[in-house]
Amino acid sequence: MLLNKNGRLFSLVFGILFLLICGVFLLDLIFGSVNIPFKKVFAILYGADVKNSWNYIILNFRLPKALTAIFVGAGLSVTGLMMQTLFRNPLAGPYVLGISSGASLGVALMVMASALMPVAFGVISAFLGSWALVVAAVVGASLVFMLVALASLKISDSVSLLIIGIMFGSITGAVVNILQYFSDPEQIQSFIVWTFGSLAGVTWTEMKVMVPIVFSGLIIAFFLIKPLDALLLGENYARGVGISVNKTRIAVIISTALIAGTLTAFTGPIAFVGVAVPHIARSIFRTASHKVLMPAVILIGAAIMLACDIISQIPGNQNTLPINSVTALFGGPVVIWVIMRSRNVKASFAG
Amino acid sequence: MSEIKEVQKDILVTQDLSIGYKQGKKEQLCLLSDINLTIRRGEMVCLLGPNGAGKSTLMRTIAGIQSPLAGYTLVEGIPIRDRNFKEIAQLLSIVLTERINVGNLTVYHIVSLGRHPYTSWMGRLSEEDNDKIKGALEQVGLLHYADHFINQLSDGERQRVMIAKALAQDTPLIMLDEPTAHLDLPNRVDIMRLLHRLARETNKAILLSTHELDLALQAADVIWLMARGQTIKVGAPEDLVLNGSIEETFHNKSFIFDRKTGNFIMNYQKKQIIQVLGNDVMGFWTQRALSREGYQVTCEEAGNCSVKLLEDTMEWEIHRNGEVKKCRSIQELLAYLRTFLVFD
Repeated sequence: MLLNKNGRLFSLVFGILFLLICGVFLLDLIFGSVNIPFKKVFAILYGADVKNSWNYIILNFRLPKALTAIFVGAGLSVTGLMMQTLFRNPLAGPYVLGISSGASLGVALMVMASALMPVAFGVISAFLGSWALVVAAVVGASLVFMLVALASLKISDSVSLLIIGIMFGSITGAVVNILQYFSDPEQIQSFIVWTFGSLAGVTWTEMKVMVPIVFSGLIIAFFLIKPLDALLLGENYARGVGISVNKTRIAVIISTALIAGTLTAFTGPIAFVGVAVPHIARSIFRTASHKVLMPAVILIGAAIMLACDIISQIPGNQNTLPINSVTALFGGPVVIWVIMRSRNVKASFAG
Repeated sequence: MSEIKEVQKDILVTQDLSIGYKQGKKEQLCLLSDINLTIRRGEMVCLLGPNGAGKSTLMRTIAGIQSPLAGYTLVEGIPIRDRNFKEIAQLLSIVLTERINVGNLTVYHIVSLGRHPYTSWMGRLSEEDNDKIKGALEQVGLLHYADHFINQLSDGERQRVMIAKALAQDTPLIMLDEPTAHLDLPNRVDIMRLLHRLARETNKAILLSTHELDLALQAADVIWLMARGQTIKVGAPEDLVLNGSIEETFHNKSFIFDRKTGNFIMNYQKKQIIQVLGNDVMGFWTQRALSREGYQVTCEEAGNCSVKLLEDTMEWEIHRNGEVKKCRSIQELLAYLRTFLVFD
């Protein structure tokens, strides 16, 4: 049967993808504002003490940045895939439930309201120090997440939940706008810089917090492969084959909140990958099976994020482009090309 | 002993079931109560009734999607109430009206979803699972389509895939909610025949709700006839026709149920009498056309107009006030008759 043939073909594609990631990962370590010969990069990775500043750049800057890129690419793509299946909507992504809007509200409050209410917010931000933005984003994202989760307990259809998520997004967006209106330009700028997203800011200490949380979200996602497959036929058929749609929905929301909420807190909202990578995976593997798509989006997402990070390093220049612009600027045409070529994106969803 | 055997023959039993909706905390809207129905092994039951009779509510209640107001349903002696989805999915499988339109999804994969209640959390299919899936596809005659994508199939084939999914689910009871709703006539007949054959071959109980009265009358072993606020009438289709239950349930001003043919005939207002000479197939269709035009057809001499059928040449001769006119089609005949209506 074709099934076995496909199985072998899939392994081949997965193998190629894996090699691709290794390649892009090394390239990401090699390229940067400081020129380090790539033999030295290998030496540093093997533990040799080549040059103090180079060692520092590779081990404490480029390595965590590349690892963050992998986690962001993989995590956001997985949550995007789950959201698209749950809502049976090709435009759904990790942020449709308002998680990034919640995080941005938290950050906006921390950055801008500390000027309006210096006593309260000033004390908090002084106390938290470098963790201030992360904590603000986590608090904001969890707040919105809890509201959406509460709503999902009351509401039993996914479309209404989608609308509620979008409404939460609009409401928090409005509050952020009001805050911006009353803030000084410098504060607005530091908020806007956060919204550009950045893979670079994550330290090893922060990594120790980020990685386990994102990882646990990914593990939940892997347990959802089977119910998500059943959901492809719609909620009624899924129930008919013994899937608890409500439990699945809540698990999807929790997993998304853990992954997207945490990543947003550390890197800022990173657009595009979450929505686009599942489509790329579907058109490469020509399947809707989550058993294939779940690992596929992880690999493709990681590879794309690493590639975007390389592109964002302008050669011979100290500056880097905001990662959010790179993902959309270079990824957008790729997705358009994929869609034009396969024309099966709409067909992947109930019409 | 004989009593136990009797019980085992029944796959589905409803006991004093009340169906309806809870409205608010205490109030409830009861559509029907004290429902006691059974389906035996190898039996195909069609649930018929006009819109709003509560067919869907009954189906949903039996399937455990909606909880009953009172009473319970048993499948193979196991009460559906308070079972979780996975346990219910091993007792009954469902096929819905909705058209499956998902891209990149193979027929084999869809049918394999029927094995979900039996597989581990990863959904890994064992040898036995794969055999059951192939067997189910073979039974609906779609094994050669196993690797096709579902959106490459016709609507009739898609519905057969969903029936294969239900077969792969390997449940004693299969429930189908208007499975033929968006299919053309040949496909509708195909699906009904397939279901009837499956009930016999697999010894499962098949329950389907439908609006296709004529098909149900031909294919069902038993019909459950529902009407708003009346107890459900149960019987062989022929019994329900003979005792007038069908006529009563679907009673309407605009058509009449013909007990002889099992068809509905639209009730046109009769304005004129016309004599038709000739019988057989040509006579039958001529009569149909004339009654649509508002003529009361008779074989005795009546009125000033008569139509004579010339079966050898497939022509119609109209005699009217001594004039004779030949027509070569029913369309021509009707057009000719219409000219008189204007002048008369």
